[in-house]
Amino acid sequence: MSENAIDKSGWLNLEINGKPVQMPPGSTVMDAAQTLKVFIPHFCYHKKLSIAASCRMCLVQVEKIPKPVPACATPVSEGMKVWTRSEMALAAQQSVMEFLLINHPLDCPVCDQGGECMLQDAAVGYGKGSSQFQEVKRVVLGKDLGPLVSAVEMSRCIQCTRCVRFSDEIGGQMELGMIRRGDRAEIVPFVGETVESELSGNMIDLCPVGALTSKPFRYQARNWELSRRKSVSPHDALGANLIVQLKRNQVVRVQPFENEAINECWLSDRDRFSYEALNSESRLMRPLVKKDGVLIETDWQEALPLAAARLKNIVERDGGEALGVLISPHATLEEATLMSRLAWTLGCDNIDYRLRQQDFSNTSKDAHVPWLGMPIADVSQLKAALFIGSFLRQDQPLLTARVRQAARHGAAISSLHSVRADWHLPLAHENVVPPSQLAAALAALVVAAHREAKVAQALPKVFDEVTPLENDVAIVRSLMNAPERTTIFLGSFAQQHEHAVLLHALTQRLADYTGTTLAVLPEAANSVGLALINAQPQKGGLNARTMLEKPRKAYVLLHTEAPFDIAQGGTALTALRQADFVLSLSPFRPADEGVLPDVVLPDIVLPIAPFTETSGTFINMEGRVQSFYGVAPPLGETRPGWQVIVALARLLEQPFAETTPEVVRASCLPSADSIAARLSNRIDTALQALPKAAAKETVERVAGVPIYHADPLVRRAPSLQRTALAAPPRVMMNAALATRLNLVKGGAVRIRQSEENDAVTVVLSWVCDETLPADTVRFDMAHPLTAGFDVCGEFHLEAAP
Amino acid sequence: MPLSTTASQKIDKAIAKYPAGRQQSAVMAALTIVQEERGWLSPEALREVADYLEMSPVAVYEVASFYSMYHLKPVGRYVLTLCTNLPCALQGAGEAGRYLQETLKIGWNETTQDNMFTLLQGECMGACQEAPVLLANHQRMCCKITPPQIDTLLAQLRVEAAQEERHG
Amino acid sequence: MSAFLDFGSDAVLLAGLTGDNWRLKDYVARGGYESLKKILSERIAPEQILAEIKLSVLRGRGGAGFPTGMKWGFMPRGAPEKYVICNADEGEPGTFKDRDILRFNPHAVIEGMVIAAYVMGCARGYNYIHGEIWEVYERCEEAVDEARAAGFIGSRILGSDFSFELFNHHGFGAYICGEETALLESIEGKKGQSRYKPPFPANVGLYGKPTTVNNVETFACVPLIVKNGGQWFLELGRPNAGGTKIFSVSGDVERPGNYELRMGAPFAKLLEMAGGVRDGRKLKAVIPGGSSSPVVPGAVMMETDLDYDSIAKAGSMMGSGAVIVMDETRCMVRCLARLSEFYHDESCGQCTPCREGTGWLSRMMHRIEHGEGRPGDIEALDRIAHDIMGRTICAMGDAAAMPVRSFIKHFRDEFEYHIEHRRCQVADYV
Repeated sequence: MSENAIDKSGWLNLEINGKPVQMPPGSTVMDAAQTLKVFIPHFCYHKKLSIAASCRMCLVQVEKIPKPVPACATPVSEGMKVWTRSEMALAAQQSVMEFLLINHPLDCPVCDQGGECMLQDAAVGYGKGSSQFQEVKRVVLGKDLGPLVSAVEMSRCIQCTRCVRFSDEIGGQMELGMIRRGDRAEIVPFVGETVESELSGNMIDLCPVGALTSKPFRYQARNWELSRRKSVSPHDALGANLIVQLKRNQVVRVQPFENEAINECWLSDRDRFSYEALNSESRLMRPLVKKDGVLIETDWQEALPLAAARLKNIVERDGGEALGVLISPHATLEEATLMSRLAWTLGCDNIDYRLRQQDFSNTSKDAHVPWLGMPIADVSQLKAALFIGSFLRQDQPLLTARVRQAARHGAAISSLHSVRADWHLPLAHENVVPPSQLAAALAALVVAAHREAKVAQALPKVFDEVTPLENDVAIVRSLMNAPERTTIFLGSFAQQHEHAVLLHALTQRLADYTGTTLAVLPEAANSVGLALINAQPQKGGLNARTMLEKPRKAYVLLHTEAPFDIAQGGTALTALRQADFVLSLSPFRPADEGVLPDVVLPDIVLPIAPFTETSGTFINMEGRVQSFYGVAPPLGETRPGWQVIVALARLLEQPFAETTPEVVRASCLPSADSIAARLSNRIDTALQALPKAAAKETVERVAGVPIYHADPLVRRAPSLQRTALAAPPRVMMNAALATRLNLVKGGAVRIRQSEENDAVTVVLSWVCDETLPADTVRFDMAHPLTAGFDVCGEFHLEAAP
Repeated sequence: MPLSTTASQKIDKAIAKYPAGRQQSAVMAALTIVQEERGWLSPEALREVADYLEMSPVAVYEVASFYSMYHLKPVGRYVLTLCTNLPCALQGAGEAGRYLQETLKIGWNETTQDNMFTLLQGECMGACQEAPVLLANHQRMCCKITPPQIDTLLAQLRVEAAQEERHG
Repeated sequence: MSAFLDFGSDAVLLAGLTGDNWRLKDYVARGGYESLKKILSERIAPEQILAEIKLSVLRGRGGAGFPTGMKWGFMPRGAPEKYVICNADEGEPGTFKDRDILRFNPHAVIEGMVIAAYVMGCARGYNYIHGEIWEVYERCEEAVDEARAAGFIGSRILGSDFSFELFNHHGFGAYICGEETALLESIEGKKGQSRYKPPFPANVGLYGKPTTVNNVETFACVPLIVKNGGQWFLELGRPNAGGTKIFSVSGDVERPGNYELRMGAPFAKLLEMAGGVRDGRKLKAVIPGGSSSPVVPGAVMMETDLDYDSIAKAGSMMGSGAVIVMDETRCMVRCLARLSEFYHDESCGQCTPCREGTGWLSRMMHRIEHGEGRPGDIEALDRIAHDIMGRTICAMGDAAAMPVRSFIKHFRDEFEYHIEHRRCQVADYV
C-alpha cells in the first residue's frame, strides 16, 4: 500500500521539535519520533518487545507536563508538543546517562561490544565528560549461559531487561530473570541452568552493552575490522536474511539482516552460529580419491577426469538408469538444476531431493509444488491453526516465534501429533496418538468437520467407522469459529510419514470442510526451489527411496551426506556399500570414524563451495526467490558447485552453455509467473483406506530431525554441537512400556533393526516420558548414533546390560 | 523432595483465593508455606513451586529473591529480624542490635553455630509505636525490645526448641 | 488488653476500641455494617453514595491525598471484571496506623470495601497486608471468615443481588509494594515493580482489569460517611480535606502511638498528646508525613497545623500522617544515613535513576557519617537527589530524594561539620 492510500482519518496531530506528524491512536511518542526520523536515545525500548519504560534514557519534554516523560511509553495525543532536545530533556538524558555509567566498568578497550555499543554511543552523544562518582563500583559475577551466549562480564549489565523480555515473549520460555532488587538486581538463569532456547543468539543483538556477547565470536575481531555482506540462511525453508561478517576473508560472525517479511530482526541460533563449520577442520580443501580403501588428497586435474571416466564407464556399460542422483534440499537452485540436467542427458531419471520422504504415492500433477500457502508474515496474524505432525520448533524455529506471536494475541493453536508439542506457546487443543493412528485421528476430525459444517454431500465409505470425540469437535470448532486467517499446517512428521499421502488427502478434506487454508511446511532451505525445477523423476525414474531399495551401480551425492540426510539410513548404507562407484560433491570431508562407525566412504569427493563461497538461489517456503552472491573466496581448492558440474558435463561430452553465475541463474530460475502458477498444496490422489491399528504390543517409533543435526553445516558447527539441543538422542517411552521391556531406570536400551545377527544395532540411554502414547518410542534420526537406522521398518528393543 | 501433602493442601487453598487460571497469584503464599515447612527455599523448592503453579522456575526465583522475608540460603531455627530503621533507631534499636550480636556472638546475616538463631536487620515493620521491634520467624512480633527482654526471648525460644525436639 | 485505648478525644475511627472488641459482634454492637445494610435494603443508588463521598472531601490516607470520590468516579461502568483493593502494605517508616485499624477494627475496613465494591460494581477484592504483621493478617483472615459467615460478603449479600468476594493477600517484605501498581504486580505473583502510568489502574489494573486501590484508613472512613453523611465528615476537617486523621507519632516522644485528630489541628497539640519530647529535651526536627516527606525544623513545625495546605506551607507533606520526632541530641547526618540506607535497600531496581541513585546516595551518606566525607559531597548529594526526582516510574525516586534535599537544606551545618571534622557535632547515640 502506498503512503497516500492509508486512511488517516482519526489520526492524531502532534509536533516533535516543531515538526508536525500524524500518528494513529495508540502510538507512542517514540513511534512518532521514529516516523520523523528524530532519534531519541534509549536502551530498554525495543520495537519487538513489551515496553518496560525503565531505563529512563528516552525522557523528553512534553508541553503542559511538568516532568520529563519516557517517549517509549507515552501515548500521543492531539495537539501534543514534544521536545527531545530541550533543556529539560537534555538535563534528564544527561543525568540518566551518568547514573547508567556510575557502576558500568569503563573497560571499553577490552569489551567485545566496543564500537557497536549503544551505551558507548549514548555516552558520547548525551553524557557529560565526567562524574562526581567516587564510590566503589558494583561487581556482578559472570554467569554460564551455555556455549553460545557469553555472560562473563555481567558488571556491564544496565538492567534493561531486554534479554528477559525476549526469552519470555519471543522465545516463549522465560529462561532469564532479574533477581533481587535495587542495585543488587542481576540477570540470571535459574540456578544451575543455562539458556537452551534455539533463538538465544538474539539476546546478544538485543543487549545494548557488552554484558551478553557471542561466545564463538569473542575476541575474534573488532567491529570496525569487519566487512559485511548480505546472504541467505541455508537451513530451514524460512530463508532468513543474513549479514555475513568477514575478517581477512574469513566469516567470523553472522547477524540478521532485518527483513520484516521474513525473519524480522531475528535469527535462529543455527542461522547465526553454523558459520563455524565453514572454518572448521572438517572443511575439504582439495579433492579426495579413494586408493586401496583410503581417501587420498589429490588435485582437480586427477580427480575430475577420473570422476567423469568412472561415471561414463558405468553409463556405457549399464545405462543411465544404473545411476542414482541424490540432491540435498539445501543445494542451490543452480547446482540442482545443472545436476538434474546432467543426469537426464546421461539417460538417468533416478533423481530426487526428497531424501526423508517415505510415501511417494502422490499421483497429483507434478505442477503442484507444496508451500506455505501464504506470506510468512501472515503467520503472526493467524487467528486459529492446527498443526498436523509438526516438530515445529526444531524444524522452523523462527516461524514458531511467529506462531507464538499469534498465540499471544489470542489465536487458538492446536496440534495433532505423535508427541506432545513443546513449542513454548499455549495450545488450545492437543491430540497425541501413535504414528499408525494419525490417519484415523485425522479422519475423526474430518467427520467432525463434516457434521459441524453440515456438508450436504455424504462422506465416502472410508469414514464409515470413524466416530469423532469431544476433543475432535473442539479442534474443528476452534478452526471454524475464528473469523479469518485459519490454517492447517502439515508438518515434517506428517510429510515423512509412511501414510503421508493419505494424511495429506485427509487434511485437504478437513481444510475444505472447515473453510481453512492448507499449508505445507517445507523441510529445507530450497525444498520449494527444487520442487519448482523438478529435481525428481520426470519419466518414471526411481525416487529417493526406491533408488536405494533397488541398489544402483553408481550414486552421485550433491551436498548429500549419507546416511544422515536420508530417512532410510540403513538401506542407504547398504546400497552405497554395494555400489561400484560413489561420487560426492560436498564442502566437507566425509563423516569419518569420529562421527559414525562403519560409514561408507565415497570413491571420489569433490570439494564444492558452501553457501558463503558461491553465488546461488534459494526459494523459501512462501515462494520467494532469494539469490545471493558468494561472500568469501572459496577455501583452498574448493570450487562453486555449479562450476564443478559444468566442468564434469564438459568432460562427459555433454557441455552446457552456461559459463557465468548470471547466465546459470538466468537459465535455471523459473519465471515469477510460472512459480506462482505452480505453488499449490492441493492433492488429487484418491483417498486410500485407513490403515488398521497396529497389532497389540507392537512398538512404534516416532523420529524427528534434531535441530543441530539437520544438515551437514550444523552437524559440524562446534558451538552448536555443545548445546543441550545437540545432545545424543535418548529413547523416550512411557513407564508402562519400559516395564514391559524390563528396562531399569538409568539404564540403556539396545535397538536392532532386525533380528538377524548382523543387523544394525545401537545402544542408547532411555528416559521416561509419560506424554508419549502407549507402545510408542521416540528416538530422533540424523544423529551419528541413529542415522544408520531406517526410520520406517521393523526394530527390536531390549534392555542393554 | 516433592511438596508435602499439607503444603500442597495449603497452597491449593491459597490458589482458590484468585480467579481461575491466575494461580501464579498464589506464588508468594506457596513460597511462604514451603519456607515455613523447610526453613528456607532451596533451588529444588523453587522448582517444585514453579511446577505446581505452572510458572517458569526463574520467575519464581525472581519473586523469592525480591521479597526480603524469603531465605534462599539455610538459616537458623529462629530468624530474628530487628528493625533498625529510623523510628526504631530513635527508640533504642541500636542498643538492642548490639546486645543481640554480643549475646549470640554473631554479626548481622549470620547464624549461631548451633544453628539456632539467624540475626537480620529489617526495615520498617509498621509498628513504630512499639519500637524497637523484633520479629521472630517473621510471625512473632516482640515489641519495645530491651536487653532483658532479649534474654527472656532467647531463653524462651531455646526451651520451645527443646520441647519440639522432644516431641519429634 | 482491655483498657480503653486513648487515641484522643477527636477520635471517630478509633473511638471506643479496646483492643479486644474487634470481632464482628462487637463491631455490629457499635453500629457496624448498618451502612451496608441500609444501602442494600433501601437499594441506594451507587451514584448517590458516590455523591456523599465526594461531598465529604475524603482524601486518600495512604500518602498522596487524592480525593477518593474522584478516584472511584474514574472506574468505567459496565466492565464485567473489576477489582477493589485495600492497600494495607504499610511500610513507610514511622507509619503504623493501618495496623491498629486492622487489628482493632477490621470490620470497618471490610464494610468500607464492600460499599466501595458496590459503588464501583466490583465483584472481587483483595486486602494486601504488609508482610511483617503476620498477626494482623491472621486477624484479617478471621474477620473475613466472620463477615462471610454473616453474609456481609459472598454471593447475594444480605439477600440483595449484589455479590462480592474478599480475600486477604499477605506481602512478604517489600516496601515498594505500598505503591499501588507494584502492589498489583505483587498480587499477580510477580516482583513488586511499579507500572508506568498511563494506563491507570482504573482502566488497566489487576489482571489488566479496572481496579481501584485505596488505603486502609480511607476504607475505614467510608461506613462513617455513609452513616453520618458527607457533610458531617467534611465538617470534621478542613474545607479541602474532610474528616479526622490518624497520626502515628514515633521517635523522641514520651508516648509514641496513634492519635486521631481533626484535620487542621495544631502540631503542638499532637505533640502534647504524645507526652511531649522525651526526657524534657528540646525539639530539633520533625518528619511530618512518613520518612519520604521532607524534614521540618522543630521550631517551624511547632507553628504548623496538621492539614495538607499548612504542612505544604511548612515545606513538607501530610503524607501518611507519620510523625517522626527528633530531639536536640540527634545527629541529622546519622538519621539521614539510615533513611538513605532504607531507600537503597528497597529500590525495586527497574528505573535507572532510583536503582543507581539510591545506592550512590546511601554510600555517600555512609561515608560522611563515618568521617570519610570529602569537600563537594554535600553539593553532590543534593544534585544526585535532584537528578533522581521526577525521573522514575513511581514516586519511590522522589521518596528517596526528598529527605536528602531537606536534611541538607535545614541542617547543612551538621553535614559540613561532619565532613570537616570527620566526626559528629552532637552527642548522638542512636
